[in-house]
Amino acid sequence: MRYALQFGDLLPYWHVLLGGLIFTIVLTLVSTIVGIGLGTVCASIRAFGPRWADAIAGAYVELIRNTPFIVQLFFIFFGLPAAGVKLSETTAAFLAMVINLGAYSTEIIRAGIQAVPKGHLEAGESLAMSRIEILRYVVLKQAFQKVYPALCSQIIIVMLGSSVVSQISAEDLTYAANYIQSRNFRAFEVYFVAALFYLVLAISMRAILRGIGHVIFPKA
Amino acid sequence: MTRLFKAATAAFFSMAVFALPYGAKADALDDIMKAKVIKIAVPQDFAPFGSAGPDLKPVGYDIDVANLIGKELGVKTEIIPVTSANRIPYLQTKKADLVISSLGKNPEREKVIDFSVAYAPFFSGVYGLKDLKIAKMEDLAGKTVGATRGAIEEQEVTTMAPSSATIKRYEDNNATISAFISGQVDLIATGNVIAAAIAEKAPAARTPAVKFVIKDSPCFVGLNKDEPKLLAKVNEIIAKAKSSGELSKISEKWLKAPLPASLM
Repeated sequence: MRYALQFGDLLPYWHVLLGGLIFTIVLTLVSTIVGIGLGTVCASIRAFGPRWADAIAGAYVELIRNTPFIVQLFFIFFGLPAAGVKLSETTAAFLAMVINLGAYSTEIIRAGIQAVPKGHLEAGESLAMSRIEILRYVVLKQAFQKVYPALCSQIIIVMLGSSVVSQISAEDLTYAANYIQSRNFRAFEVYFVAALFYLVLAISMRAILRGIGHVIFPKA
Repeated sequence: MTRLFKAATAAFFSMAVFALPYGAKADALDDIMKAKVIKIAVPQDFAPFGSAGPDLKPVGYDIDVANLIGKELGVKTEIIPVTSANRIPYLQTKKADLVISSLGKNPEREKVIDFSVAYAPFFSGVYGLKDLKIAKMEDLAGKTVGATRGAIEEQEVTTMAPSSATIKRYEDNNATISAFISGQVDLIATGNVIAAAIAEKAPAARTPAVKFVIKDSPCFVGLNKDEPKLLAKVNEIIAKAKSSGELSKISEKWLKAPLPASLM
């Protein structure tokens, strides 16, 4: 093989990579918090709400889970302006990720809610707790504890999927890698480094999430 | 018997080792003539140089030139669609022998690949809505300009625009066109040809008008370095097509104008 690795050619662009990495981290962080929040609300509606609300939430979930993320992103960024809603690429990226994570986490959390024994809800009712109180004090914490690993996996998947936002010129890690490659043509080196960054990011996130899990859900 | 076999194998491989240096020096042109097929990378997203025709096969100026080169060499032309972003990596990894993809020449690219003589006229500029008062690069201060990542005008705008200008880079020309037509950006840095295509398809409110020319940059055929025989042959074919009027006919067909004198 005649190709000689030239990692040194990446050094002048280290700040571009760093900027992209920070953007990806911030985007993932904010989208995760809002997306899980949205998922919790929709899951609660689907489990305990009226039939019509369940149907609407169900339609939203099925639509998002059965279409590709990049198609949803392009619709928000390129399609909505025709309806008069023009969003910047950062807002569009954030919105697409929240909607996407919201749909997937709705189903994950709903599974956790359904796994809470009915006896617990009946116990709450017999103590004259309101629906919201039962949800907050009895159901949700148990539901989250049961599905926490699945939820963490989904968060990591969405983080890795965030690389797609480079397609609408949002300046994330993949955008930075593409930019550097278009300047020095060192595709092998730059994508190797980008993949390494994503790997380290995913492993770190998993460790942090596991740590958070130990804090929030101490072993009973 | 086993000993003889071992000795014969050793002799064979040592001869093969001597054959290697000769194999490594063979020019790509010889490989092409031997295989009777030339692989040429062409654009699929850049009318009229290359875009999907009604039967979804690529058609355009670059495809016509590619077929011309194949015909002159007497080999089959294999058309490989690529984008602005991956056309040079395709050449470097030998997925294509030539890149005929409205490729412009600049010193950074010259470090990595070789260029033929010019075969098509091409200029790039900043385009925008009619009533925007932009006349030169400095007027871009505080404005947002869209461009296709890796393209010549994107690199020019990145180096020459004022630091308060925001540059939005999209992965291919279609995304840049979509961004302009949908109103995500009001200014784009692109080629004259793309702008004409937008003007054909866009609604009247989003017709681009040229604000200023960034660079007059004719198109060249791209080849890997260290292939002198192939380079000489490609230049010879292009020169012949220019003098016979064949290239001018292709220019009339796709750009609605004959070859300019600066290209001859």
